[in-house]
Amino acid sequence: MNRTKLSYKDYQNDKKTNYAIGAILIVALLGGIWLLEQTIAPTHIVFSILKKGAIYSLVAVSMNLLNGFTGLFSLGQAGFMLLGAYTYAIFTIPVEMRDSVYQYFDGGIIQFTIPVIAALVLAGLVAAAVAALIGLPVLRLKSDYLAIATLGFAEIIRAIFQWDKLGVLTNGSNVLRKYPTFSSTLYPFLVAGICIALICLLINSSYGRAYKAIRDDEIAAEAMGINLFKHKQQAFMISSFFAGVSGALLAMFQTTVTASTFRVAMTYEILLIVVIGGMGSISGSVIGSFLYIACSEWWLRFLDQTQFINGWQVPLLRTGFRKVVFAVIIMIIVLFFRKGLMGDRELSVSRIRAGLHNLIVWFATLPARIKGAGRRKKRQAGEKTTVTDTAQKTKQEGGADQ
Amino acid sequence: MTYDAILSVENVTMQFGGVVAVNNLNLHVQRGEIVALIGPNGAGKTTAFNCITGVYEPTNGQIRFNDQVIISNHPKGKMKKLYSGENYGMYSKVKNPTPDKVTRLGIARTFQNIRLFKTQTVFDNVLIAKHMRAKQNVFSATLRLSYAEEKRMRQETYALLEEQNLLHLKDEMASNLPYGLQRRLEIARALATQPQLLLLDEPAAGMNPQETQELTAFIHSIRDKYQLSILMIEHHMDLVMEISERIYVLDFGSLIAEGTPEEIQNNQHVIDAYLGVSEDA
Repeated sequence: MNRTKLSYKDYQNDKKTNYAIGAILIVALLGGIWLLEQTIAPTHIVFSILKKGAIYSLVAVSMNLLNGFTGLFSLGQAGFMLLGAYTYAIFTIPVEMRDSVYQYFDGGIIQFTIPVIAALVLAGLVAAAVAALIGLPVLRLKSDYLAIATLGFAEIIRAIFQWDKLGVLTNGSNVLRKYPTFSSTLYPFLVAGICIALICLLINSSYGRAYKAIRDDEIAAEAMGINLFKHKQQAFMISSFFAGVSGALLAMFQTTVTASTFRVAMTYEILLIVVIGGMGSISGSVIGSFLYIACSEWWLRFLDQTQFINGWQVPLLRTGFRKVVFAVIIMIIVLFFRKGLMGDRELSVSRIRAGLHNLIVWFATLPARIKGAGRRKKRQAGEKTTVTDTAQKTKQEGGADQ
Repeated sequence: MTYDAILSVENVTMQFGGVVAVNNLNLHVQRGEIVALIGPNGAGKTTAFNCITGVYEPTNGQIRFNDQVIISNHPKGKMKKLYSGENYGMYSKVKNPTPDKVTRLGIARTFQNIRLFKTQTVFDNVLIAKHMRAKQNVFSATLRLSYAEEKRMRQETYALLEEQNLLHLKDEMASNLPYGLQRRLEIARALATQPQLLLLDEPAAGMNPQETQELTAFIHSIRDKYQLSILMIEHHMDLVMEISERIYVLDFGSLIAEGTPEEIQNNQHVIDAYLGVSEDA
């Protein structure tokens, strides 16, 4: 076995093996989830973490496409999710249930349903269409102004969907429910997985390179023949499409939809995930979202409850303390780890292989290194006793040279 | 006016508020010619470049490329009253393409302060310039339906880097290259857009005499190899005098002289405004 350290680049050309390992890893992941579902009670919290994590991965990746890859600082993601969620719910509530859902609006105006998959795609298309319209005025703005404008748009959308006059369509401020949902955790994983794979393909295509060029230097990108507005609008629409799909998935996960859940705070959550994962890293966003969801819904829950150790009440732990801890974490990340977990690198099969190889090499050479260290110590100890000898030797050698 | 001019700038005035940066500029470049635009700092050379490449909309005047009017404008709105240039009312058409459209027509440029895509490799920097002429759309590119096109782009990039002796650096980050090579890469990237006219904005800035010498040979070689016409801004007089077939001199936004290097060197206006008198004379 080769005992030298390798970098991921050494594995990059071995494409066939990389693809095979990648496929095996994906199958293993899905198989693992399937096994979990067979063994653990379906009400266990781990499933809701996995489902929500997958949904948030998709929306975080879609936001990263805009913020990390195209350099457009947009804060409208919650608005596009809302559009997706409502579109999905409105078009899939079974006709016979509509009377009870739209009880204040005589069953609503839409009296037909479309298949679930079609509704998921439609959710994305509606979000993308609205993005195209919003983009016309908004994408001419730069950085902070763009952020403010998109944030405002998201809030306006939320207000419109709560408006009573549109109740026949949106059910006003009442919840939409009784539409088809998923029970298996595999469902959001598959949908989000396919969508993220598509975004990966996009980013590695000629268009992805054009987006990155715009991020790096708008003027140079334009001089290279890249139409700024067209490409920005394209990125904005694609990002919104996938935000819409993830909104639909979130609607399925929550089993009910109200506009009031899609607040600015939600956009900030997603932004936080993107920053934790690393701007410009898709795998970073995915890892970040599972970490964030697991922390906020599960691992850090105890911070919100009063805890007793041997009858001694732990100070500070009360409702809302979790948010304080989060705020501190954000500040630490922004101050010291500005690049996030992954920076702009990607977790690829070749990186995993190189990492494993180096780990094995580290352990394989451990005995030799321990011996080597021992020998060096002995030599140092020996040198001390013969220090006068060597001093004389060097003197002689020096004399010989002259 | 000659008929084989690839670029003719006609009566172009660029006025910012009350300041006339370029005043009634007339300039033409013949096919296959190397032309230099010189002048003291702040004379309006880069502004003229920005007008030609569509970064600025000229206040008045028109620009023709391959005998087609590509840019044309006249004072509008507030500028009607403010306008203090010449030839008011001569033009009525308005045509202000964005820089990418100008590049698509076949005019490529480099920048005075190098503008490479810093976070990307040398190879990707050139590959991005190939995006414009690729026959594909966002769906076919994402789903790899236009893979043949992608392959062609990569092969052409590879060939171009090989011609420019940059191939051994193809996986380097653009920002890690030494200054001289960054300039070379910027020119290579401009060549990748398949231009007919190349605008070089101070290509020798920050180069030592030896690198400048090499640049002279390099500019000649790319002109011959890619059948280019070249318009460049430069301050290194050795380079300008050696390389250019004709020279335009700008001062305070106005053209003060044009002609062959010999004519310019002996032109009293130019000596007063820019070249100065050498100390031994």
